[in-house]
Amino acid sequence: MSGGRGQRAAFRRRQDVLRWVVVTVVLLFFFTPLVASLDFTTRDASGNRSLQTWTTLLNFPAISQRYPDLQAGFLASVGLAVLTVGIMLVLLVPTMTWVRLRVPGATRTVEFLCLLPLTVPAIVLVVGLTPVYAWVTYFLGGATIWLAFAYVVLVLPYAYRAIDAGLRAIDVRTLSEAARSLGASWPTVMARVILPNLRTAVLSASFLAVALTLGEFTIANLFSRTNLQVAMFLLGKSDAQISVAVGLASLVFAFLVLFAMSFVGGQRGAVAPLARLRRNRKETR
Amino acid sequence: MADRPARRALGGRRPSGALLGVVPFFAYVAVFLIIPTLVVVIGAFVGGKGGFTLSNLRALGQPAVTTALWHSVVLSAVTALAGAVIGALLAYAVSTGRPGGVLKKFITSLCGVLAQFGGVALAFAFLATFSATGYLTKVLTSAGLDSSGGLWLYEWDKGLMLVYLYFQIPLMLIVFLPAVEGLKPQWREATETLGGSTFLYWRKVAAPILMPSFIGGLLLLFTNAFSAYATAAALVSQGSPLLPLEIGGTFTSEVILGQENVGKAMALEMVVVVAVVMTAYVILDRRASRWLVR
Repeated sequence: MSGGRGQRAAFRRRQDVLRWVVVTVVLLFFFTPLVASLDFTTRDASGNRSLQTWTTLLNFPAISQRYPDLQAGFLASVGLAVLTVGIMLVLLVPTMTWVRLRVPGATRTVEFLCLLPLTVPAIVLVVGLTPVYAWVTYFLGGATIWLAFAYVVLVLPYAYRAIDAGLRAIDVRTLSEAARSLGASWPTVMARVILPNLRTAVLSASFLAVALTLGEFTIANLFSRTNLQVAMFLLGKSDAQISVAVGLASLVFAFLVLFAMSFVGGQRGAVAPLARLRRNRKETR
Repeated sequence: MADRPARRALGGRRPSGALLGVVPFFAYVAVFLIIPTLVVVIGAFVGGKGGFTLSNLRALGQPAVTTALWHSVVLSAVTALAGAVIGALLAYAVSTGRPGGVLKKFITSLCGVLAQFGGVALAFAFLATFSATGYLTKVLTSAGLDSSGGLWLYEWDKGLMLVYLYFQIPLMLIVFLPAVEGLKPQWREATETLGGSTFLYWRKVAAPILMPSFIGGLLLLFTNAFSAYATAAALVSQGSPLLPLEIGGTFTSEVILGQENVGKAMALEMVVVVAVVMTAYVILDRRASRWLVR
Protein backbone atom coordinates (compact mmCIF):
# COMPACT_ATOMS: atom_id res chain seq x y z
CA MET A 1 0.00 0.00 0.00
CA SER A 2 2.90 2.39 -0.70
CA GLY A 3 1.11 4.37 -3.41
CA GLY A 4 -2.07 4.48 -1.37
CA ARG A 5 -1.63 7.97 -0.01
CA GLY A 6 -0.76 9.52 -3.38
CA GLN A 7 -3.69 7.77 -5.02
CA ARG A 8 -6.01 8.99 -2.29
CA ALA A 9 -4.81 12.58 -2.67
CA ALA A 10 -5.37 12.44 -6.44
CA PHE A 11 -8.84 11.03 -5.81
CA ARG A 12 -9.58 13.84 -3.36
CA ARG A 13 -8.47 16.45 -5.90
CA ARG A 14 -10.68 14.93 -8.58
CA GLN A 15 -13.62 14.99 -6.20
CA ASP A 16 -12.94 18.64 -5.32
CA VAL A 17 -12.86 19.63 -8.99
CA LEU A 18 -16.10 17.75 -9.69
CA ARG A 19 -17.76 19.33 -6.67
CA TRP A 20 -16.89 22.89 -7.64
CA VAL A 21 -17.79 22.43 -11.30
CA VAL A 22 -21.22 20.94 -10.53
CA VAL A 23 -22.01 23.39 -7.74
CA THR A 24 -20.94 26.39 -9.81
CA VAL A 25 -22.99 25.40 -12.86
CA VAL A 26 -26.14 24.69 -10.85
CA LEU A 27 -25.78 27.83 -8.74
CA LEU A 28 -25.42 29.84 -11.94
CA PHE A 29 -28.80 28.45 -13.05
CA PHE A 30 -30.33 29.18 -9.64
CA PHE A 31 -29.01 32.72 -9.40
CA THR A 32 -29.59 34.00 -12.95
CA PRO A 33 -33.37 34.60 -12.49
CA LEU A 34 -32.71 36.14 -9.08
CA VAL A 35 -30.08 38.52 -10.43
CA ALA A 36 -32.39 39.34 -13.34
CA SER A 37 -35.20 40.11 -10.88
CA LEU A 38 -32.91 42.36 -8.90
CA ASP A 39 -31.86 44.09 -12.13
CA PHE A 40 -35.50 44.49 -13.14
CA THR A 41 -36.53 46.03 -9.83
CA THR A 42 -33.67 48.51 -9.77
CA ARG A 43 -34.45 50.29 -13.03
CA ASP A 44 -36.69 53.24 -13.66
CA ALA A 45 -38.82 53.88 -16.72
CA SER A 46 -35.91 55.23 -18.76
CA GLY A 47 -33.69 52.29 -17.90
CA ASN A 48 -31.42 54.00 -15.39
CA ARG A 49 -30.52 52.55 -12.00
CA SER A 50 -32.93 53.55 -9.29
CA LEU A 51 -33.81 52.29 -5.86
CA GLN A 52 -37.33 53.68 -6.20
CA THR A 53 -39.07 50.27 -6.05
CA TRP A 54 -37.27 49.14 -2.93
CA THR A 55 -37.73 52.40 -1.05
CA THR A 56 -41.44 52.24 -1.88
CA LEU A 57 -41.55 48.68 -0.58
CA LEU A 58 -40.07 49.76 2.74
CA ASN A 59 -42.44 52.70 3.00
CA PHE A 60 -45.48 51.07 4.56
CA PRO A 61 -47.94 54.01 4.37
CA ALA A 62 -47.19 54.45 0.67
CA ILE A 63 -47.64 50.72 0.04
CA SER A 64 -51.00 50.59 1.76
CA GLN A 65 -52.16 53.69 -0.08
CA ARG A 66 -50.95 52.89 -3.58
CA TYR A 67 -51.29 49.13 -3.55
CA PRO A 68 -54.38 48.31 -1.48
CA ASP A 69 -54.49 44.83 -3.05
CA LEU A 70 -51.01 44.05 -1.83
CA GLN A 71 -51.80 45.21 1.67
CA ALA A 72 -55.05 43.27 1.77
CA GLY A 73 -53.38 40.17 0.36
CA PHE A 74 -50.53 40.38 2.84
CA LEU A 75 -52.84 40.81 5.82
CA ALA A 76 -55.07 38.00 4.56
CA SER A 77 -52.09 35.67 4.19
CA VAL A 78 -50.83 36.47 7.68
CA GLY A 79 -54.30 35.80 9.08
CA LEU A 80 -54.54 32.60 7.04
CA ALA A 81 -51.17 31.44 8.34
CA VAL A 82 -52.17 32.01 11.96
CA LEU A 83 -55.57 30.33 11.59
CA THR A 84 -54.16 27.40 9.61
CA VAL A 85 -51.50 26.74 12.24
CA GLY A 86 -54.11 27.08 14.99
CA ILE A 87 -56.61 24.65 13.47
CA MET A 88 -53.85 22.23 12.48
CA LEU A 89 -52.46 22.07 16.02
CA VAL A 90 -55.85 21.85 17.75
CA LEU A 91 -56.87 19.10 15.36
CA LEU A 92 -53.73 17.01 15.17
CA VAL A 93 -51.89 17.16 18.49
CA PRO A 94 -54.73 16.00 20.78
CA THR A 95 -56.01 13.46 18.25
CA MET A 96 -52.63 11.89 17.63
CA THR A 97 -51.82 11.78 21.34
CA TRP A 98 -55.24 10.33 22.11
CA VAL A 99 -54.93 7.69 19.39
CA ARG A 100 -51.56 6.67 20.81
CA LEU A 101 -52.92 6.37 24.34
CA ARG A 102 -56.45 5.06 24.02
CA VAL A 103 -57.33 3.98 20.46
CA PRO A 104 -54.15 2.46 18.98
CA GLY A 105 -56.34 0.53 16.56
CA ALA A 106 -57.09 3.75 14.70
CA THR A 107 -53.42 4.59 14.06
CA ARG A 108 -53.36 3.27 10.49
CA THR A 109 -56.60 5.01 9.58
CA VAL A 110 -55.44 8.36 10.91
CA GLU A 111 -52.11 8.02 9.12
CA PHE A 112 -53.83 7.07 5.87
CA LEU A 113 -56.18 10.04 6.05
CA CYS A 114 -53.35 12.44 6.89
CA LEU A 115 -51.23 11.28 3.95
CA LEU A 116 -54.15 11.16 1.52
CA PRO A 117 -53.76 14.83 0.44
CA LEU A 118 -50.43 13.88 -1.14
CA THR A 119 -52.36 12.16 -3.91
CA VAL A 120 -54.97 14.90 -4.28
CA PRO A 121 -53.41 17.91 -6.07
CA ALA A 122 -54.58 21.36 -4.96
CA ILE A 123 -56.32 21.94 -8.29
CA VAL A 124 -58.37 18.77 -7.77
CA LEU A 125 -59.18 19.82 -4.23
CA VAL A 126 -60.56 23.09 -5.62
CA VAL A 127 -62.98 21.17 -7.83
CA GLY A 128 -64.19 19.01 -4.95
CA LEU A 129 -64.31 21.82 -2.40
CA THR A 130 -66.70 23.99 -4.42
CA PRO A 131 -69.94 22.68 -2.81
CA VAL A 132 -68.29 22.57 0.63
CA TYR A 133 -67.28 26.21 0.32
CA ALA A 134 -70.76 27.11 -0.83
CA TRP A 135 -71.84 26.02 2.66
CA VAL A 136 -68.90 27.73 4.37
CA THR A 137 -69.83 30.98 2.61
CA TYR A 138 -73.46 30.47 3.59
CA PHE A 139 -72.67 30.05 7.29
CA LEU A 140 -69.54 32.14 7.79
CA GLY A 141 -69.47 34.60 4.89
CA GLY A 142 -67.03 34.87 2.00
CA ALA A 143 -63.97 36.20 3.84
CA THR A 144 -60.58 35.03 2.59
CA ILE A 145 -59.63 33.75 6.01
CA TRP A 146 -61.95 30.75 5.82
CA LEU A 147 -59.69 29.29 3.15
CA ALA A 148 -57.66 28.16 6.16
CA PHE A 149 -59.97 25.12 6.38
CA ALA A 150 -58.69 23.94 3.01
CA TYR A 151 -55.09 24.90 3.78
CA VAL A 152 -55.15 22.66 6.84
CA VAL A 153 -55.87 19.75 4.50
CA LEU A 154 -52.90 20.71 2.30
CA VAL A 155 -50.63 20.89 5.36
CA LEU A 156 -51.89 17.62 6.86
CA PRO A 157 -49.24 15.20 5.46
CA TYR A 158 -46.28 17.34 6.47
CA ALA A 159 -47.67 18.28 9.87
CA TYR A 160 -48.55 14.65 10.58
CA ARG A 161 -45.00 13.48 9.93
CA ALA A 162 -43.47 16.24 12.04
CA ILE A 163 -45.75 15.65 15.02
CA ASP A 164 -45.52 11.87 14.67
CA ALA A 165 -41.72 12.12 14.94
CA GLY A 166 -42.10 14.27 18.05
CA LEU A 167 -44.50 11.82 19.72
CA ARG A 168 -42.19 8.95 18.87
CA ALA A 169 -39.35 10.62 20.72
CA ILE A 170 -41.19 10.84 24.06
CA ASP A 171 -42.89 8.22 26.17
CA VAL A 172 -46.42 9.59 25.97
CA ARG A 173 -47.97 6.76 27.95
CA THR A 174 -45.72 6.98 31.00
CA LEU A 175 -45.83 10.76 31.05
CA SER A 176 -49.61 10.93 30.90
CA GLU A 177 -50.14 8.07 33.37
CA ALA A 178 -47.84 9.78 35.84
CA ALA A 179 -49.72 13.04 35.46
CA ARG A 180 -53.11 11.31 35.65
CA SER A 181 -52.19 9.41 38.82
CA LEU A 182 -51.17 12.72 40.38
CA GLY A 183 -54.68 13.96 39.70
CA ALA A 184 -54.30 15.97 36.49
CA SER A 185 -57.27 16.23 34.15
CA TRP A 186 -56.89 15.36 30.46
CA PRO A 187 -56.77 19.02 29.35
CA THR A 188 -54.04 19.66 31.93
CA VAL A 189 -52.09 16.63 30.70
CA MET A 190 -52.33 17.99 27.15
CA ALA A 191 -51.39 21.57 27.94
CA ARG A 192 -48.78 21.11 30.66
CA VAL A 193 -47.20 17.72 29.97
CA ILE A 194 -47.54 16.63 26.33
CA LEU A 195 -47.36 19.99 24.53
CA PRO A 196 -44.17 21.27 26.22
CA ASN A 197 -42.46 18.00 25.34
CA LEU A 198 -43.47 18.35 21.69
CA ARG A 199 -42.08 21.87 21.33
CA THR A 200 -39.69 21.14 18.46
CA ALA A 201 -42.19 19.02 16.55
CA VAL A 202 -44.94 21.60 16.96
CA LEU A 203 -42.57 24.36 15.86
CA SER A 204 -41.48 22.58 12.71
CA ALA A 205 -45.06 21.60 11.82
CA SER A 206 -46.08 25.23 12.29
CA PHE A 207 -43.17 26.48 10.21
CA LEU A 208 -44.18 24.19 7.35
CA ALA A 209 -47.78 25.34 7.60
CA VAL A 210 -46.77 29.00 7.48
CA ALA A 211 -44.49 28.46 4.48
CA LEU A 212 -47.18 26.57 2.61
CA THR A 213 -49.88 29.11 3.42
CA LEU A 214 -47.81 32.11 2.34
CA GLY A 215 -47.01 30.42 -0.98
CA GLU A 216 -50.52 29.20 -1.79
CA PHE A 217 -52.01 30.48 -5.04
CA THR A 218 -54.17 27.81 -6.67
CA ILE A 219 -57.08 27.60 -4.23
CA ALA A 220 -57.24 31.32 -3.47
CA ASN A 221 -57.11 32.29 -7.14
CA LEU A 222 -59.78 29.86 -8.30
CA PHE A 223 -62.10 30.78 -5.42
CA SER A 224 -61.50 34.48 -6.30
CA ARG A 225 -60.08 35.41 -2.91
CA THR A 226 -57.07 37.69 -2.53
CA ASN A 227 -54.11 36.37 -0.57
CA LEU A 228 -50.49 37.44 -0.93
CA GLN A 229 -49.78 35.34 -4.03
CA VAL A 230 -52.99 36.39 -5.78
CA ALA A 231 -52.22 40.05 -4.96
CA MET A 232 -48.76 39.63 -6.49
CA PHE A 233 -50.33 38.06 -9.56
CA LEU A 234 -52.82 40.91 -9.97
CA LEU A 235 -50.13 43.50 -9.34
CA GLY A 236 -47.89 41.85 -11.92
CA LYS A 237 -50.18 43.20 -14.61
CA SER A 238 -50.14 46.84 -13.46
CA ASP A 239 -46.90 47.32 -11.54
CA ALA A 240 -44.64 44.37 -12.16
CA GLN A 241 -41.63 45.88 -10.41
CA ILE A 242 -43.25 45.98 -6.98
CA SER A 243 -44.60 42.49 -7.54
CA VAL A 244 -41.19 41.05 -8.45
CA ALA A 245 -39.59 42.91 -5.53
CA VAL A 246 -42.07 41.35 -3.08
CA GLY A 247 -41.33 37.88 -4.48
CA LEU A 248 -37.59 38.41 -4.25
CA ALA A 249 -37.78 39.83 -0.75
CA SER A 250 -39.86 36.92 0.54
CA LEU A 251 -37.45 34.44 -1.04
CA VAL A 252 -34.40 36.07 0.54
CA PHE A 253 -36.19 36.24 3.88
CA ALA A 254 -37.12 32.53 3.80
CA PHE A 255 -33.57 31.62 2.83
CA LEU A 256 -32.05 33.64 5.66
CA VAL A 257 -34.40 31.99 8.17
CA LEU A 258 -33.52 28.47 6.94
CA PHE A 259 -29.79 29.22 6.69
CA ALA A 260 -29.73 30.59 10.24
CA MET A 261 -31.69 27.59 11.49
CA SER A 262 -29.20 25.21 9.89
CA PHE A 263 -26.53 26.68 12.18
CA VAL A 264 -28.67 26.76 15.30
CA GLY A 265 -30.68 23.59 15.23
CA GLY A 266 -28.37 21.19 13.41
CA GLN A 267 -29.90 19.76 10.24
CA ARG A 268 -33.53 19.89 11.26
CA GLY A 269 -34.44 23.34 10.05
CA ALA A 270 -32.77 23.03 6.69
CA VAL A 271 -34.78 20.00 5.67
CA ALA A 272 -37.76 20.60 3.43
CA PRO A 273 -41.10 18.91 4.04
CA LEU A 274 -40.73 16.06 1.59
CA ALA A 275 -37.36 15.10 2.96
CA ARG A 276 -38.94 15.06 6.37
CA LEU A 277 -41.60 12.69 5.06
CA ARG A 278 -38.95 10.22 4.03
CA ARG A 279 -36.72 10.65 7.01
CA ASN A 280 -39.54 9.99 9.43
CA ARG A 281 -40.71 7.02 7.49
CA LYS A 282 -37.27 5.58 8.05
CA GLU A 283 -37.71 6.11 11.78
CA THR A 284 -40.93 4.14 11.73
CA ARG A 285 -39.30 0.97 10.45
CA MET B 1 -59.64 -0.51 5.80
CA ALA B 2 -61.53 1.90 8.01
CA ASP B 3 -63.79 -0.48 9.90
CA ARG B 4 -61.26 -3.08 11.00
CA PRO B 5 -59.24 -0.82 13.36
CA ALA B 6 -62.44 0.80 14.57
CA ARG B 7 -63.86 -2.58 15.59
CA ARG B 8 -60.64 -3.49 17.32
CA ALA B 9 -60.81 -0.20 19.17
CA LEU B 10 -64.36 -1.03 20.24
CA GLY B 11 -62.99 -4.12 21.93
CA GLY B 12 -60.99 -1.89 24.29
CA ARG B 13 -61.82 -1.04 27.84
CA ARG B 14 -64.00 2.02 27.56
CA PRO B 15 -64.88 2.15 23.91
CA SER B 16 -67.41 4.97 23.76
CA GLY B 17 -65.37 7.49 25.76
CA ALA B 18 -62.11 6.69 24.01
CA LEU B 19 -63.58 6.91 20.53
CA LEU B 20 -65.21 10.25 21.33
CA GLY B 21 -61.72 11.77 21.41
CA VAL B 22 -61.10 11.14 17.72
CA VAL B 23 -64.51 12.33 16.51
CA PRO B 24 -63.48 15.98 15.84
CA PHE B 25 -60.59 14.87 13.66
CA PHE B 26 -62.68 12.45 11.63
CA ALA B 27 -65.48 15.00 11.27
CA TYR B 28 -63.07 17.64 9.99
CA VAL B 29 -61.36 15.28 7.56
CA ALA B 30 -64.74 14.04 6.36
CA VAL B 31 -65.94 17.55 5.54
CA PHE B 32 -62.80 19.01 4.00
CA LEU B 33 -61.12 15.96 2.47
CA ILE B 34 -63.46 12.99 2.05
CA ILE B 35 -66.47 14.92 0.78
CA PRO B 36 -64.41 16.89 -1.79
CA THR B 37 -62.83 13.66 -2.99
CA LEU B 38 -66.25 12.03 -3.29
CA VAL B 39 -67.60 15.10 -5.09
CA VAL B 40 -64.87 14.65 -7.70
CA VAL B 41 -65.28 10.89 -7.99
CA ILE B 42 -69.06 10.88 -8.10
CA GLY B 43 -69.32 14.05 -10.16
CA ALA B 44 -67.24 12.42 -12.86
CA PHE B 45 -70.12 9.98 -13.41
CA VAL B 46 -73.02 12.43 -13.21
CA GLY B 47 -74.54 13.92 -16.34
CA GLY B 48 -75.65 17.50 -16.95
CA LYS B 49 -79.24 16.73 -15.93
CA GLY B 50 -78.27 14.37 -13.13
CA GLY B 51 -78.22 10.62 -13.32
CA PHE B 52 -75.43 8.18 -13.98
CA THR B 53 -73.49 8.62 -17.21
CA LEU B 54 -70.18 7.77 -18.77
CA SER B 55 -70.26 10.73 -21.14
CA ASN B 56 -67.92 12.78 -18.92
CA LEU B 57 -65.33 10.04 -19.10
CA ARG B 58 -65.90 9.82 -22.84
CA ALA B 59 -65.27 13.57 -23.00
CA LEU B 60 -61.76 12.80 -21.77
CA GLY B 61 -61.15 11.51 -25.28
CA GLN B 62 -61.66 14.98 -26.77
CA PRO B 63 -58.52 16.19 -28.56
CA ALA B 64 -58.19 19.21 -26.23
CA VAL B 65 -58.13 16.99 -23.15
CA THR B 66 -55.87 14.27 -24.53
CA THR B 67 -53.43 16.91 -25.79
CA ALA B 68 -53.41 18.58 -22.38
CA LEU B 69 -52.81 15.22 -20.68
CA TRP B 70 -50.05 14.37 -23.14
CA HIS B 71 -48.39 17.77 -22.60
CA SER B 72 -48.62 17.34 -18.84
CA VAL B 73 -47.12 13.86 -18.95
CA VAL B 74 -44.28 14.88 -21.27
CA LEU B 75 -43.53 18.03 -19.30
CA SER B 76 -43.54 16.11 -16.00
CA ALA B 77 -41.48 13.21 -17.36
CA VAL B 78 -38.83 15.38 -19.00
CA THR B 79 -38.42 17.77 -16.06
CA ALA B 80 -38.46 14.83 -13.63
CA LEU B 81 -35.72 13.03 -15.54
CA ALA B 82 -33.55 16.10 -16.08
CA GLY B 83 -34.19 17.35 -12.56
CA ALA B 84 -33.42 13.95 -11.06
CA VAL B 85 -30.12 13.56 -12.94
CA ILE B 86 -28.91 17.10 -12.24
CA GLY B 87 -30.22 17.03 -8.66
CA ALA B 88 -28.54 13.67 -7.99
CA LEU B 89 -25.24 14.98 -9.39
CA LEU B 90 -25.55 18.05 -7.19
CA ALA B 91 -26.36 15.89 -4.17
CA TYR B 92 -23.29 13.74 -4.80
CA ALA B 93 -21.11 16.81 -5.28
CA VAL B 94 -22.37 18.32 -2.04
CA SER B 95 -21.92 15.04 -0.16
CA THR B 96 -18.20 14.95 -1.01
CA GLY B 97 -17.72 18.24 0.84
CA ARG B 98 -16.99 18.63 4.52
CA PRO B 99 -19.90 17.07 6.53
CA GLY B 100 -20.83 20.10 8.61
CA GLY B 101 -19.41 22.64 6.17
CA VAL B 102 -20.89 25.96 5.13
CA LEU B 103 -21.23 24.85 1.50
CA LYS B 104 -23.58 22.05 2.46
CA LYS B 105 -25.63 24.22 4.79
CA PHE B 106 -25.82 26.90 2.11
CA ILE B 107 -26.94 24.51 -0.65
CA THR B 108 -29.45 22.61 1.48
CA SER B 109 -30.99 25.83 2.80
CA LEU B 110 -31.12 27.33 -0.68
CA CYS B 111 -32.72 24.19 -2.12
CA GLY B 112 -35.15 24.03 0.80
CA VAL B 113 -36.43 27.46 -0.20
CA LEU B 114 -36.26 27.02 -3.97
CA ALA B 115 -38.09 23.68 -3.89
CA GLN B 116 -41.11 25.61 -2.63
CA PHE B 117 -40.50 28.74 -4.68
CA GLY B 118 -43.11 27.82 -7.25
CA GLY B 119 -45.95 29.91 -8.47
CA VAL B 120 -46.30 33.57 -9.26
CA ALA B 121 -42.94 34.83 -8.00
CA LEU B 122 -41.07 32.17 -9.98
CA ALA B 123 -42.94 32.96 -13.17
CA PHE B 124 -42.15 36.66 -12.75
CA ALA B 125 -38.49 35.97 -12.05
CA PHE B 126 -38.23 34.05 -15.33
CA LEU B 127 -40.09 36.81 -17.16
CA ALA B 128 -37.54 39.28 -15.81
CA THR B 129 -34.81 37.00 -17.16
CA PHE B 130 -35.97 35.69 -20.51
CA SER B 131 -38.85 37.83 -21.78
CA ALA B 132 -38.32 40.22 -24.70
CA THR B 133 -36.98 42.93 -22.40
CA GLY B 134 -35.53 40.45 -19.89
CA TYR B 135 -32.07 40.66 -18.42
CA LEU B 136 -30.52 37.66 -20.16
CA THR B 137 -32.28 38.38 -23.45
CA LYS B 138 -30.77 41.86 -23.44
CA VAL B 139 -27.34 40.53 -22.58
CA LEU B 140 -27.52 37.87 -25.29
CA THR B 141 -28.94 40.25 -27.87
CA SER B 142 -26.21 42.79 -27.27
CA ALA B 143 -23.74 39.95 -27.79
CA GLY B 144 -25.54 39.12 -31.04
CA LEU B 145 -26.62 35.66 -29.91
CA ASP B 146 -30.38 35.94 -29.55
CA SER B 147 -33.02 37.28 -31.89
CA SER B 148 -36.04 35.27 -30.80
CA GLY B 149 -37.47 38.03 -28.63
CA GLY B 150 -38.09 35.65 -25.74
CA LEU B 151 -41.42 34.32 -27.01
CA TRP B 152 -40.30 30.74 -26.44
CA LEU B 153 -40.69 31.27 -22.70
CA TYR B 154 -44.47 30.97 -22.98
CA GLU B 155 -44.36 27.68 -24.82
CA TRP B 156 -45.05 24.65 -22.66
CA ASP B 157 -42.25 22.48 -24.08
CA LYS B 158 -39.46 25.07 -23.90
CA GLY B 159 -40.12 27.81 -21.38
CA LEU B 160 -42.19 25.81 -18.91
CA MET B 161 -39.68 22.98 -18.88
CA LEU B 162 -36.90 25.36 -17.93
CA VAL B 163 -39.05 27.05 -15.29
CA TYR B 164 -40.15 23.73 -13.78
CA LEU B 165 -36.51 22.60 -13.52
CA TYR B 166 -36.02 25.52 -11.17
CA PHE B 167 -38.02 23.74 -8.47
CA GLN B 168 -37.37 20.15 -9.58
CA ILE B 169 -33.58 20.21 -9.12
CA PRO B 170 -33.77 21.52 -5.52
CA LEU B 171 -36.44 18.97 -4.62
CA MET B 172 -34.27 16.15 -5.95
CA LEU B 173 -31.32 17.36 -3.91
CA ILE B 174 -33.45 17.31 -0.78
CA VAL B 175 -34.86 13.82 -1.23
CA PHE B 176 -31.68 12.29 -2.65
CA LEU B 177 -29.04 13.76 -0.34
CA PRO B 178 -29.81 11.39 2.57
CA ALA B 179 -29.36 8.42 0.23
CA VAL B 180 -25.96 9.57 -1.05
CA GLU B 181 -24.85 10.35 2.47
CA GLY B 182 -25.91 6.83 3.45
CA LEU B 183 -23.12 5.45 1.24
CA LYS B 184 -20.53 4.31 3.74
CA PRO B 185 -16.85 5.03 2.94
CA GLN B 186 -16.10 1.48 4.14
CA TRP B 187 -17.93 0.08 1.13
CA ARG B 188 -15.60 1.92 -1.21
CA GLU B 189 -12.58 0.86 0.83
CA ALA B 190 -13.75 -2.75 0.77
CA THR B 191 -14.05 -2.58 -3.03
CA GLU B 192 -10.55 -1.13 -3.29
CA THR B 193 -9.07 -3.72 -0.94
CA LEU B 194 -10.52 -6.44 -3.12
CA GLY B 195 -8.90 -4.81 -6.15
CA GLY B 196 -11.96 -3.09 -7.62
CA SER B 197 -11.72 0.12 -9.61
CA THR B 198 -13.80 3.25 -9.06
CA PHE B 199 -15.93 2.26 -12.04
CA LEU B 200 -16.52 -1.18 -10.56
CA TYR B 201 -17.49 0.37 -7.23
CA TRP B 202 -20.08 2.57 -8.88
CA ARG B 203 -21.44 -0.20 -11.07
CA LYS B 204 -21.58 -3.03 -8.52
CA VAL B 205 -21.99 -1.27 -5.16
CA ALA B 206 -23.14 2.33 -5.22
CA ALA B 207 -25.52 2.24 -8.19
CA PRO B 208 -27.58 -0.75 -6.99
CA ILE B 209 -27.88 0.82 -3.53
CA LEU B 210 -28.83 4.25 -4.86
CA MET B 211 -31.13 3.02 -7.62
CA PRO B 212 -34.34 2.67 -5.54
CA SER B 213 -33.80 6.13 -4.02
CA PHE B 214 -33.09 7.59 -7.44
CA ILE B 215 -36.18 6.11 -9.07
CA GLY B 216 -38.22 7.06 -6.00
CA GLY B 217 -37.02 10.64 -6.35
CA LEU B 218 -37.82 10.54 -10.05
CA LEU B 219 -41.42 9.48 -9.35
CA LEU B 220 -41.81 12.14 -6.67
CA LEU B 221 -40.56 14.79 -9.10
CA PHE B 222 -43.03 13.52 -11.68
CA THR B 223 -46.04 13.96 -9.39
CA ASN B 224 -44.65 17.30 -8.24
CA ALA B 225 -44.60 18.65 -11.79
CA PHE B 226 -47.84 16.91 -12.73
CA SER B 227 -49.75 18.54 -9.84
CA ALA B 228 -48.23 22.00 -10.23
CA TYR B 229 -50.69 24.67 -11.28
CA ALA B 230 -49.61 28.11 -10.05
CA THR B 231 -46.41 28.53 -12.06
CA ALA B 232 -48.01 27.58 -15.35
CA ALA B 233 -51.11 29.66 -14.61
CA ALA B 234 -49.02 32.75 -13.92
CA LEU B 235 -46.88 32.27 -17.03
CA VAL B 236 -49.31 30.98 -19.65
CA SER B 237 -52.25 33.31 -20.11
CA GLN B 238 -53.70 31.98 -23.37
CA GLY B 239 -54.88 28.46 -24.09
CA SER B 240 -54.65 25.58 -21.65
CA PRO B 241 -51.77 23.42 -22.73
CA LEU B 242 -51.64 21.44 -19.46
CA LEU B 243 -54.17 19.28 -17.63
CA PRO B 244 -54.26 21.40 -14.43
CA LEU B 245 -54.81 24.53 -16.54
CA GLU B 246 -57.56 22.75 -18.46
CA ILE B 247 -59.28 21.84 -15.18
CA GLY B 248 -58.91 25.42 -13.96
CA GLY B 249 -60.41 26.53 -17.28
CA THR B 250 -63.59 24.48 -16.87
CA PHE B 251 -63.81 25.93 -13.39
CA THR B 252 -63.60 29.62 -14.21
CA SER B 253 -65.24 29.73 -17.63
CA GLU B 254 -68.91 30.52 -18.03
CA VAL B 255 -70.43 27.19 -17.27
CA ILE B 256 -71.59 25.32 -20.31
CA LEU B 257 -74.07 22.78 -19.01
CA GLY B 258 -72.34 19.60 -17.87
CA GLN B 259 -68.90 21.06 -18.53
CA GLU B 260 -68.11 21.26 -14.82
CA ASN B 261 -68.59 17.51 -14.54
CA VAL B 262 -66.12 17.04 -17.38
CA GLY B 263 -63.79 19.05 -15.14
CA LYS B 264 -64.45 16.52 -12.40
CA ALA B 265 -63.67 13.68 -14.79
CA MET B 266 -60.37 15.36 -15.63
CA ALA B 267 -59.68 15.84 -11.92
CA LEU B 268 -60.36 12.15 -11.38
CA GLU B 269 -57.96 11.32 -14.21
CA MET B 270 -55.32 13.41 -12.46
CA VAL B 271 -55.88 11.76 -9.09
CA VAL B 272 -55.55 8.32 -10.68
CA VAL B 273 -52.22 9.22 -12.31
CA VAL B 274 -50.81 10.81 -9.14
CA ALA B 275 -52.08 7.97 -6.92
CA VAL B 276 -50.45 5.29 -9.09
CA VAL B 277 -47.12 7.11 -9.18
CA MET B 278 -47.18 7.94 -5.45
CA THR B 279 -47.91 4.31 -4.56
CA ALA B 280 -44.89 3.22 -6.59
CA TYR B 281 -42.87 5.91 -4.79
CA VAL B 282 -43.88 4.68 -1.34
CA ILE B 283 -42.98 1.08 -2.23
CA LEU B 284 -39.60 2.07 -3.66
CA ASP B 285 -38.86 4.37 -0.77
CA ARG B 286 -39.46 1.53 1.65
CA ARG B 287 -36.87 -0.52 -0.23
CA ALA B 288 -34.45 2.39 -0.36
CA SER B 289 -34.63 3.16 3.35
CA ARG B 290 -33.17 -0.27 4.14
CA TRP B 291 -29.73 1.18 3.40
CA LEU B 292 -30.34 4.48 5.10
CA VAL B 293 -30.26 3.28 8.69
CA ARG B 294 -27.42 5.15 10.32
